Amino acid sequence: MDAAGGGTGKAGLAEATAGAAAQTTAKATAAGRASETAAGPHFERPLLSIRDLSLWYGDKQALDGVTLDVAEKRITAFIGPSGCGKSTLLRCINRLNDLIESVRIEGDILFEGGSVLAPDLDVNLLRKRVGMVFQKSNPFPKSIYENVAYGLRLQGIRRRELLDEMVERSLRRAALWDEVKDRLRDNALGLSGGQQQRLCIARAIAVEPEVVLFDEPCSALDPIATAKIEELMLKLKEHYTQIIVTHNMQQAARISDYTAFLYLGELIEYGETKKLFINPRKQQTEDYITGRFG
Amino acid sequence: MERHLDQDLDRIRQLLLRMGAIVEDMIGDSLQALFERDSNRAQGVIERDRQVDELEKQLDQACGAILATHQPAAVDLRFLVAVMRINVDLERMGDAAVSISRSVLDLNQEAQLKPYIDLPRLDELVRKMVRDALTSFVERSVELAVAVCRADSRVDDLYRQLFRELLSYMIEDPKTTTRGLHLLLVARSLERIADHATNIAEDVVFYVEGRDIRHLDDDEPL
Repeated sequence: MDAAGGGTGKAGLAEATAGAAAQTTAKATAAGRASETAAGPHFERPLLSIRDLSLWYGDKQALDGVTLDVAEKRITAFIGPSGCGKSTLLRCINRLNDLIESVRIEGDILFEGGSVLAPDLDVNLLRKRVGMVFQKSNPFPKSIYENVAYGLRLQGIRRRELLDEMVERSLRRAALWDEVKDRLRDNALGLSGGQQQRLCIARAIAVEPEVVLFDEPCSALDPIATAKIEELMLKLKEHYTQIIVTHNMQQAARISDYTAFLYLGELIEYGETKKLFINPRKQQTEDYITGRFG
Repeated sequence: MERHLDQDLDRIRQLLLRMGAIVEDMIGDSLQALFERDSNRAQGVIERDRQVDELEKQLDQACGAILATHQPAAVDLRFLVAVMRINVDLERMGDAAVSISRSVLDLNQEAQLKPYIDLPRLDELVRKMVRDALTSFVERSVELAVAVCRADSRVDDLYRQLFRELLSYMIEDPKTTTRGLHLLLVARSLERIADHATNIAEDVVFYVEGRDIRHLDDDEPL
């Protein structure tokens, strides 16, 4: 399926978000497809279905026919050596690659049955539903409160009490409330690295996304701050579907439910994390996770 | 890529094999001490147990250190889990050889109860299981490991046969009870050793293929 060409499932996301009936149909379609997938775990109703996804930066192919389903309210980790395509794959899910001129994409990503790659899709709406946390924490140079309220204000929420309530809830969920509740008006840049990263998570979840993407969220943090983010992610499973790209295999092993191993743009193996780390099916996976690679 | 971890894993492999070789010899010697009424040999088995105990501790420490420092995964992890289990089984096998040797020392105080016919057969079967279990570990041979597991039922049959025979001796002539009981203990120890060899073989299958074949129902394939 060509993302630029507009296949049958293309306008699906807009429809799916528009009406419950359409959503139900779309979900049924997604579930049907999932059961046909040969590789990786089968989910009755995957939240995201990546279908035969290929991506080129100019002439260079970065993803080659990746197909996998992402389970709802679980943590899925993408692992692999540098340049394997894991970040590229992550960035396709909220269409961050759109910002790069020379990118060409084939295949599709279905989000509750609707195409994420459809040209007529409202990307802003998509990014509200699919939040992202980056490697380097990037709070706005504003107050802690305003960082979290930012997305809510963009959504047109003006009522003070409602904003207060949503900011507090997001900061609580991000396990930051107790540390900042007495200085909500202080500049966010005064927070420690780990606190800034948790603030970014609070900001991402303030707008109630369904999916949160994490691109190396702990690579700039010390072990204690890393442990806090990991604990936080495990708690957030209750509310959100999370996908994490990480170089840290032990991190993937610790927190994820499912792990996908990518190499040279291809999905080599995808499965339950415990199984993958104890008894991988593919030699390449084994070589990578035991450090025999290269 | 060369890994520092491989050197540590290799050292563990060597330690385990040294322990396996000592235990194998202890088992062989304990039975030979019985058949040849050689108390010195039995005493030697009892003394060698300290080496096995020492190796058990060394292996545990080495495995713990790797778990703590390398966070091994996949085949490395399965190897270490298997080694830690095999370590326990080997140590128990050593204890069983000691138990046999203690019975031999007592038995040698009196005249031989009867010609040994089934015990040498049991001994041969059990020692082959032990040897094959260790070989299957070295060669990563699932086929050989499964053969070891299958052999265990023959050992059980032979043990039951010995049990009945010794029981009838003791019932017929109560004066044979002490010797009969000691021989029963020897047979029982051998049967235990076979169980430990089976455990080792099961661990080898886990190490090589990641499959857990312990406690399967009779209709499930090994």
